[in-house]
Amino acid sequence: MSSEALIELKGVGKRFNGLAVVQDLGFSMQAGEILGLVGPNGSGKTTAINLISGVYAVDAGEIRLQGQRIERLAAFRRVHLGINRSFQVPKPFRAMTVAENVTVAAEFGGSKVDTKQILDDVGLAADRDRPAGALTVNHQKMLDLARALATSPKLLLVDEIGAGLNPGELASVADLLLALARRGIALIVVEHLLKFLNRITDRVIVLNAGRLLFEGTLAQASAHPEVVAAFLGG
Amino acid sequence: MLVVLGLAFLALPHVYANQSLLFTMMTFIALAQGLNLLYGFTGYLPFGYVGFFGAGAYGMSLLVLHAGMPALLAVLGGGIAAAAVAVILGPLLRLSGAYFSIANLATSQILYLVVANPALSPVTGGPYGLKIERVFAPEAAYLTMLAIMLIASAIAIFFRVSRFGLGLRAMTEDRVSAEMAGIDIVRARLIVWLVSAAIAGLAGSAYAWSISVYYPQAVFGLQISVFAIVFALFGGVGTVIGPIVGAAALYALYNAIGITVPQYFELIYGFLIVVLVLFLPDGVLSLLERRGIRVL
Repeated sequence: MSSEALIELKGVGKRFNGLAVVQDLGFSMQAGEILGLVGPNGSGKTTAINLISGVYAVDAGEIRLQGQRIERLAAFRRVHLGINRSFQVPKPFRAMTVAENVTVAAEFGGSKVDTKQILDDVGLAADRDRPAGALTVNHQKMLDLARALATSPKLLLVDEIGAGLNPGELASVADLLLALARRGIALIVVEHLLKFLNRITDRVIVLNAGRLLFEGTLAQASAHPEVVAAFLGG
Repeated sequence: MLVVLGLAFLALPHVYANQSLLFTMMTFIALAQGLNLLYGFTGYLPFGYVGFFGAGAYGMSLLVLHAGMPALLAVLGGGIAAAAVAVILGPLLRLSGAYFSIANLATSQILYLVVANPALSPVTGGPYGLKIERVFAPEAAYLTMLAIMLIASAIAIFFRVSRFGLGLRAMTEDRVSAEMAGIDIVRARLIVWLVSAAIAGLAGSAYAWSISVYYPQAVFGLQISVFAIVFALFGGVGTVIGPIVGAAALYALYNAIGITVPQYFELIYGFLIVVLVLFLPDGVLSLLERRGIRVL
């Protein structure tokens, strides 16, 4: 492995009731890099995010953050070490206000951050006193992101944040993710919107049936026969 | 609020002669509040909450009888005994929902059967219970229960307003998101579990001190759990005032009609529970919150 790798996965595997949903997954990435994670439905993208963030325990392999093995650590400990995420289906604390959602992460996430600035960054400053449950789904996704940012992550896992956004909103989110990467935060972005991914990533990983099928640029991926076959079911 | 509550129960014996009733009301306020700490702030509903109450009563009494400990110190010992039982039962927190509640109920009954076992009569008094009449001091026990009730309520206030309480609210809303906020859920739950058990243990200790002669059923009876749950739910869990209002109102009602005409009492209680579940699942104080009045 490169000594500069922020995160490195080696031989990571996960089974559910005997069915392998992630197999022998391995890759590494650097601070400030944006990596796209793509693949057909059921290819293991969200499971990979769950394994890295600690929501699921790995069955095989190792995950290192700045050289430190973390695959056996509880999710909250990984948060303290600098890994956080957003969710495909947003999971805010619905009865809490928007500001409280971010405050709780800032309080327990072990970082001193300007929660007001974070809400500004994600475009929720005007909603700070509203209950999170009253937000639209898209705004709840941004709140998930804000809550993750409140823990000062080194690695941010972003799970299908673009779904349901209009082109203007997508452009804003892309700008935000690029700005986060410029701050040195590494991002793994799970996304089906390839145009969106093309704008923010230099490198993508394509998963199929839980295995890494391809690693390279999005343009190379779209010209790769196995990738095309995987997406088209060929 | 604590000052008002404390002064009220200090003054009431001077205007109302039945101090025993006031003592028992404080016992149930403390128990409802202790249960509220666990259920209202973590979502775990302990059907066997009485087990900690009984553990405290027996712990206190055994320390008085076998270690010659002063009663007040033994009350503390009873709280610690209940917390020790909670440590042993800590793995129950791996369960959730009805599974936790039923398992907790079962463990409280196991505890009851152990202390009531005739083979243990030399130590626990077996089915004949214990007598600690030599330390009988109803005034001191009254003040002790008052302090326990206030401590339980002070902890509930802490849970409502503190950073720790904010974390508990987050945990109750969404476990995974709470972990992603950096909260050590296992540790937080365990702390609340121990604190809640200790409150029940302290209440059981002071109760044993007050009555001084009791059978196992008097401190392990399931009705104690049921009362604590209903009282807390009636007022509103997750609040500070809810369990106080619930326990005070329903225990007063219990005394007004439950002792003289128990058949009506059961009927009214059953009706109340149905109304509560159907129309006020968050307790009577939620009526105020619906009108925009924030309840502590």
